[in-house]
Amino acid sequence: MSALDRLVAPFARARSRDSGLPTALVLLSGAIAAAVLSPIAWILLRVLEAEGGPSLLTHPSTFATSIALVAVVTGASVVLGVPLAFLTVRTDLPFRRFWTIAVALPLVIPSYLGAFTYISAFGPSGYIADLLAPLGVDSVPSVYGFGGVALVLTLYTFPYVFITTRASLLSFDESLVEAARTLGVSRIEAFRRVTLPQLVPGIASGALLVALYALSDFGTPNLLRLEVLTQAIWVEFNGFGRETAAMLSLQLLTITAVILALQSRVGDSTQGAYVGTRASTSDTTVALGRWKAPALAFCASVVTMCLVVPLGVLFVWFRRGSSAIGRTRLVFEWSYASNSVLVSVAAAVACALAAIPVAYLAARHRSTVAELIDRATYIGYAMPGIVLGLALVFFGVSYGAAVDDLSSVIGAASYLPTLYQTLPLLIFAYVVRFLPQSVGATRSSVMRVDRELTEAARLLGESPLGAFRRVALPLIAPGVFAGAALVFLTTMKELPATLLLQPTGFDTLVTYIWAVRESGSYGAAAIPAFVLIVVSALSMVVILSQEK
Amino acid sequence: MSRTTHNRTDASDASPAADDSDADDAAATGTVLDLSGLTKTYGPETAVDALSMSVADGEILALLGPSGCGKTTTLRMVAGLERADAGTITLDDRTLADPEGGVFVPPEEHDIGLVFQDFALFPHLSAAENVAFGIGDRPAAEREARVDELLDLVGLGDHADHHPEELSGGQKQRIALARSLAPEPDVLLLDEPLSNLDVALRVSMREEMRRIIDETGVTAIWVTHDQEEALSIADRVGVMNDGRLQQIGRPERIFERPSSRFVASFLGQAGFLTGRVDGDAVETDIGRLDATHFPGLDLPDGTTVDVLVRPDDLQARPAADGTTADGRLTQRQYQGPSFVYRVETTEGDSVRCMHNHTELFEVGQPVTVDVVADHPLQWFER
Repeated sequence: MSALDRLVAPFARARSRDSGLPTALVLLSGAIAAAVLSPIAWILLRVLEAEGGPSLLTHPSTFATSIALVAVVTGASVVLGVPLAFLTVRTDLPFRRFWTIAVALPLVIPSYLGAFTYISAFGPSGYIADLLAPLGVDSVPSVYGFGGVALVLTLYTFPYVFITTRASLLSFDESLVEAARTLGVSRIEAFRRVTLPQLVPGIASGALLVALYALSDFGTPNLLRLEVLTQAIWVEFNGFGRETAAMLSLQLLTITAVILALQSRVGDSTQGAYVGTRASTSDTTVALGRWKAPALAFCASVVTMCLVVPLGVLFVWFRRGSSAIGRTRLVFEWSYASNSVLVSVAAAVACALAAIPVAYLAARHRSTVAELIDRATYIGYAMPGIVLGLALVFFGVSYGAAVDDLSSVIGAASYLPTLYQTLPLLIFAYVVRFLPQSVGATRSSVMRVDRELTEAARLLGESPLGAFRRVALPLIAPGVFAGAALVFLTTMKELPATLLLQPTGFDTLVTYIWAVRESGSYGAAAIPAFVLIVVSALSMVVILSQEK
Repeated sequence: MSRTTHNRTDASDASPAADDSDADDAAATGTVLDLSGLTKTYGPETAVDALSMSVADGEILALLGPSGCGKTTTLRMVAGLERADAGTITLDDRTLADPEGGVFVPPEEHDIGLVFQDFALFPHLSAAENVAFGIGDRPAAEREARVDELLDLVGLGDHADHHPEELSGGQKQRIALARSLAPEPDVLLLDEPLSNLDVALRVSMREEMRRIIDETGVTAIWVTHDQEEALSIADRVGVMNDGRLQQIGRPERIFERPSSRFVASFLGQAGFLTGRVDGDAVETDIGRLDATHFPGLDLPDGTTVDVLVRPDDLQARPAADGTTADGRLTQRQYQGPSFVYRVETTEGDSVRCMHNHTELFEVGQPVTVDVVADHPLQWFER
């Protein structure tokens, strides 16, 4: 987010002359921002309503576990991601292109699927245990608990650090290192004093994504049985400890805010990336020499852990699938896939429509109000899905209670629809969660459209709305579409909010996989898992095509 | 010195300046840096071709040439940022590069400063921290004193805490200069130091930089493609083209006595008159130019030569009638204090004549052209 803001900063200055804000646009965008922020209000309301007042320090050990998990996963991701980025950008590692793609690919596997396959492979009586049993090995290290969760989360989030570090390395101006060396500084010293300080913002922005992911992930700790905040919220929610769940949610949001604050401090303390006026002509590739074999082994083992193991497990499931399905009532139906597509399309369209006014306001009218509205819509990025789901459950239930009260008074409220466990509420959750993706893509496309074009349309007699419709909209359509596509693809694999808010009897690919996991007949999950991975891979393609 | 050694028939056969010996043009005694047979190839391209020259203690040598002529590559080899394919670089009797002998000293051990074309200031460090970067091994007090001294030298003492993004182009340039001077390098290299500045700033900056270099007394190689810049700041100028050193010498010598058509054309506005040797004089379209213009001319009668004439060497006069005219005025260029007229001679040579701004002639007018130069004219055998 702060990296994006830094990108936007020059435009902000160029537009500071613009002062007049169109009232209708501000009101519309403001309403969208308020709707997106409303879930936080529901959580706060619940905390304040709690009997005996709010007690924020419930479950201190869970709180500590969550913090420790974030720290370990973030640290481990940096340890994996930075050397891999360096190897693929700056050394003569063989097959660099292959490794670049292979190392980024784990992002397409949702971490709960990773955890799922790891249980299957490494769990008690899993494939690895079965393989080793004849050899006299009767116990493999447990995949359950803190170690397992940290491992799986690291494997599926370190590519964030890899990608951001790689981008910093690629944009780094080598002449700075040359300048350092002509000033009598050795290659290693130059890396420490010049290169590293320039890379820190990139590493930090990747680490932020990892930390937020590790904190908010629900599926992995649930599957691997670790009591972290998200898991505790789920348990409390199902045990009707809803006040406690609300307080745990508040703890989770507080940690999120602290992480964001830390990141923005790192971002502020360094100056913007230096861009040279010409590409460096010298060849600065580091020759690996005898380190080539260990480097290859390192890359290969990372890729094996992240990709080969889960895909191999899925393949085994697929082969055994038909026999496993025979033993369960959980038969896969393609209607689950069409349900997934239905809610995802609805979320994508809603996000695209909501993003246009917000993005247009933010890109065209730099002011405090526009900026606040823009930032508010980004709250979904930081809000854990389980907290969002819980907040909307509170909202749906309160609304339902209000409707009941009303009907008991006037006896005519049966016309009012309920909300809890309805599709509109589920889709609203997706919009809150994924609106930032849509706003981001739309805003950057608005920035690329010269404002003089709409001014020309105005001078040719068009109203503001007409100029927008006839000139701006056709030009920003690709950005709007890309944002919507991204929302569609991420909605397909969303887990926690879907679990909390799914209408009874309305199963999607994700809820089906979850049901299979509870029944233990994993083979049935192979097809939906493959579908989700393909969908995720497509979302990567969309993201990459945006980064031109 | 024989005249013929100064006259080349064509730029392409001009050889390195080794045989262009002139007491004034050679490096004075006390050579600091010596390049010998320096060669660098990129695949099939030869960027620098057997370049040899020496740089004297305390002088400023400008390396001048069009873009892609190999001057920056030469600089980068001296700095140790590129490896030479052949030849040697010697600094104060210390061999820095000798591919045949397997010698390559890494840049940090060169004791050579480099001012980059795009300044390459460290964006995460303040101006003072940038200047202090290369002297981290000194005691803190001495380091601070040195930084203050250099910031004062470049006139930016009050900008010590500013970051590069807060500095103007000229200020960045001065910080970059101060940074490379801080470790007291044996030689200072400047790679097109003014090319990223506004045109208006360049003249004042180059005087300022010359002052700073003079005050520190450092030996400098200044790479540029701007002939005016090279002629005005340098003690000696080396002209490069196609990876080869065409000529090296004092600025006025290079300008007045270019060794090739390329050097002549690259420095100032050059025109050429086709001539035919007749005894010790030369017959041209604008008449017979007598021996006083060509001391030492000894070519067989009838040899065709090109005589170098610059705008200030010629004056045009309106001809009484078309039959006595040398040519016709084809273009008038007003330059404020002066007019430059282009004259096409009857045989088709094109030359320029510079006049005072009060002397107004009309385009199309028949004119006669006189040589008014008070110095010998350079010629090139065809």
